[in-house]
Amino acid sequence: MSAQNNKAQNEWPLWEVFIRSKAGLDHKHAGSLHAADAQMAIENARDVYTRRMEGVSIWVVESKYIHASNPDEAASFYEPANDKIYRHPTFYNLPDELTHM
Amino acid sequence: MSTQHSNVSTYQPVNLLYYTLQLADTALINGHRLSEWCGHGPILEQDIAISNIALDHLGAARSLYQYAAEQFNNLNEADKKNAFSSPLLQQVVGAIDEDDLAYLRDGWDYRNLLLVEQPNQDWAYTIARSFYLDTFNFFFYRELTQSKDKSLAAVAEKSLKEVTYHIRWSSEWIIRLGDGTAESKERIQNALNEYWRFTGEMTHATEVDNAMHAAEIGVDLAKVKANWEERIAKVAEEATLTLPTGGWMQEGGKEGRHTEHLGYVLAEMQFMQRAYPNMEW
Repeated sequence: MSAQNNKAQNEWPLWEVFIRSKAGLDHKHAGSLHAADAQMAIENARDVYTRRMEGVSIWVVESKYIHASNPDEAASFYEPANDKIYRHPTFYNLPDELTHM
Repeated sequence: MSTQHSNVSTYQPVNLLYYTLQLADTALINGHRLSEWCGHGPILEQDIAISNIALDHLGAARSLYQYAAEQFNNLNEADKKNAFSSPLLQQVVGAIDEDDLAYLRDGWDYRNLLLVEQPNQDWAYTIARSFYLDTFNFFFYRELTQSKDKSLAAVAEKSLKEVTYHIRWSSEWIIRLGDGTAESKERIQNALNEYWRFTGEMTHATEVDNAMHAAEIGVDLAKVKANWEERIAKVAEEATLTLPTGGWMQEGGKEGRHTEHLGYVLAEMQFMQRAYPNMEW
């Protein structure tokens, strides 16, 4: 156990990487990587996730600052929305010319 | 190498070939050295980073070899015969290509800087070598974009973007290791000291360098040297490291006189083509 703790202490922290593929689009989660600090995380992200022209902008955030919802609570969190069809704007008649809705 | 040219406005075509090969060979051997880290990097992310950089250098080498092959094929018969003394290259029938230049030349026909053939040893030595070279490349290629030779200027233009990242990457590592732990500081300091003696050659002009500079094809190495010194001093200061000064410099790479290490690099790199000529895969 103590050996494991030592290993964890010696390892660089984990970072989540978000890439904007082109101007105007949102940053999307691309993956994660290890780095000693934010500067190195951005440089590593450049090398790991933008090798094939995937992006024009990079965000990184230390993984420990991401707070996630609990999968065990999925039933109470999401399922109640299942039968609330009136929350979808499906009761309008759209003109044919209107696309991408 | 022929005699001194008193008329600097004319140069022998073979000088441009040698000049191109200085750049091509330095890029290839450096790329090969960095590629040796592939699968062995200290962490996955740096393994990918250094492999990316290796590929940048190989890409630059390819463009330069293609240009060098074109130059060689246009030489007159006498120059062609004297340009290289590697037996296998001389046996090529007809036009040569980039692969012939990379795989069929022996060490004495290679014109890379001695610095880049030095072994990786550990991360500190690799970073020290890259730091010296990347800083040189940055200022060298910046000047070369102004070359009267359109092909070299185009390669310089493309390389400069890559080199701008390389210099940032290796400078960051110098600072991290220098301003890091007592051990990292000692190791990077030793590496910088050890490889210092190969840095003089980068900015010391050979006959070919002078001829190309006079023809406004090559760069002014004195100017590159001043920029190089200023920049590495600044990074070293931030890294709390002490750069060596002066001292004896080992030279000869640009004229085909190499350290023992180049032979091993070439043996590994050229083995396949020499054992199975013209094989493709």
